[in-house]
Amino acid sequence: MGLGPFSSFMTGTWLEATVVAVVAGVVGFFVVVRGAAFAAHAIPQGAFTGAAGAALAGVSTLAGVGTFSLLAVAAMARWGRRARHDVVTALILVGLLGLGSLFLSMSSQYSEQTFSLLFGEPLAVSTAQVIPSASIGVACLVLVATIYRRLLLASVAPELVAARGVSPERVESWFLLSLGAATTLALPVVGALLVFSLMIGPASAARSLARQPLSAVALSVGLALLTVWASIVAAFYSNWPLGFFVGTLGVFWYLLGRGVQLRAARSLATAPGGAGGPASGRSLGPGPRRGSG
Amino acid sequence: MPAIVTALRSLRASQDEAVRLGAGSSSVLSVRGLSVQLGGREVLHDVSFELGAGELTGLIGSNGAGKTTLLRALLGLQAVSAGTVTLSGRRERAAVGYVPQKVGLDPDLPVRARDLVALGIDGQRLGVGLRSAARRERVEALLQSVGASHLADARVGALSGGEQQRVLIAHALASSPKLLLLDEPLANLDLRSTQETVTLLATLARSRGMAVLVATHDINPLLPFMGRVVYLAEGRAASGTTDEVVRSDVLSALYGHHVDVLHAHGRVIVSVSDQHHDGPGQGWGPEPRGEALVGGPGGQEAPGEQQAPEGCDLAPDDCTDDAPQAWQP
Repeated sequence: MGLGPFSSFMTGTWLEATVVAVVAGVVGFFVVVRGAAFAAHAIPQGAFTGAAGAALAGVSTLAGVGTFSLLAVAAMARWGRRARHDVVTALILVGLLGLGSLFLSMSSQYSEQTFSLLFGEPLAVSTAQVIPSASIGVACLVLVATIYRRLLLASVAPELVAARGVSPERVESWFLLSLGAATTLALPVVGALLVFSLMIGPASAARSLARQPLSAVALSVGLALLTVWASIVAAFYSNWPLGFFVGTLGVFWYLLGRGVQLRAARSLATAPGGAGGPASGRSLGPGPRRGSG
Repeated sequence: MPAIVTALRSLRASQDEAVRLGAGSSSVLSVRGLSVQLGGREVLHDVSFELGAGELTGLIGSNGAGKTTLLRALLGLQAVSAGTVTLSGRRERAAVGYVPQKVGLDPDLPVRARDLVALGIDGQRLGVGLRSAARRERVEALLQSVGASHLADARVGALSGGEQQRVLIAHALASSPKLLLLDEPLANLDLRSTQETVTLLATLARSRGMAVLVATHDINPLLPFMGRVVYLAEGRAASGTTDEVVRSDVLSALYGHHVDVLHAHGRVIVSVSDQHHDGPGQGWGPEPRGEALVGGPGGQEAPGEQQAPEGCDLAPDDCTDDAPQAWQP
């Protein structure tokens, strides 16, 4: 054919993947530091239903994914406060997946459509398709930049942000919205199953390797970019699915981060005061009690 | 924690009513007839006290006495069913600094001590926040004021309990509060860190002309520095100077049954006997405890928690080195 991964028909793919990686890297950092990996898993799965529904109704995938991402986010923000967070997230996930299975059973293009929604179809993005997702990406980045300090402080400890007159729940809701936006634009490219891995892998390595928040965000974005770019080239030549490379690289980044951290910890092992917490002092009486004392 | 976080949302609206500001005086905070209900139960009843500028005040009470609830009410995070909280001077949220009860900080969190203190300056603002030399200097000055300059570049989650406490104090001081509230800052600290923390708080109160309210279940570390005490028990409060409040008759009236207050080598032992279960002896110890026994001896207090501070078993002779007078700077 003579067409390489860098030929002009791939321009849309490169642009789209770049937008996705930047957004996933930024949002993923907060997913990791907030321990919100389950939400980051559930929203794309729920949004998959939206994609299946969109295929059935004959509307654009982006619209379907966006609608269902928002639906999942709104439900989490609304009910996640009162009940146990993980249980609510799980119920939203299974509820939406149930609906998704119904949509798929009614759809005629069952297997092909499903496969690309779950694992992504990145090698066929046109330049025109990039515009809507780039808009969502920019909006998402503006949102995260706006709430950045509150979100970071709430990620350290929600009480600290509450003491400053900012509701940690509201911060959480905005964060979920950014997660929904990131999902919406990433899902059609990397697929419902792998949006999550693109958010978690690079960000988890960045958390281990960087010392301060802004450099961790930058590193997370850098590794996410490296992941998608390398995956596109590898997928193009091997004809293996892009998701395989994205997922594997995600795990690789995590292991790399842990490895470097362990090495650093081992070299500091003899230095005092490394561990903090329980090792730091004898208990002088009742420990801290949960709830209002 | 979910209970606390859940409570925050609905209470935002009542915050303005709760914190009514008055004319300036030497009193920084005045609490009048404060009552708080949680889930239909009156957790605090008719609590009144004043906090003075430059003073360290102890908020003493056992677990479940309502210390955290009172602090949250002062912060405007807890709706009050009756009473007023009057804060003198600046009509700003930033006028109250808060150091919450032991925050479980993730050791892998890529946030250095200086980042957390910087968030104390402007963490509630929108935007990413640009770094500037002035901001950096302010952060360093704050860290220095709590003796934590050397920790500036360490990840907060990796610091020891006492070190984290200092950084959290610097974080709270960043908004130049007139009132600093600390929830059990001495829990889980060893004797040396406890003394250092209390000395630091007393010094900060004086040098900044700030009122400091320290919630703790153990009155003893505070004794040499404490101007006044607010003693919580059974949802009620007694307040005044230590000598006025920590007396058998006052505390007996507060608890509703007989309480012994013993003085030994500069330490105070509050022994609350529980008439329903056991005689005196159960509640003996260097900390005011025994309230928990109301619910039954096998209740909240695990045997291991009865242990006295280091080197200070129940043999008073061992305590002389740690006698509060020796801490006086």
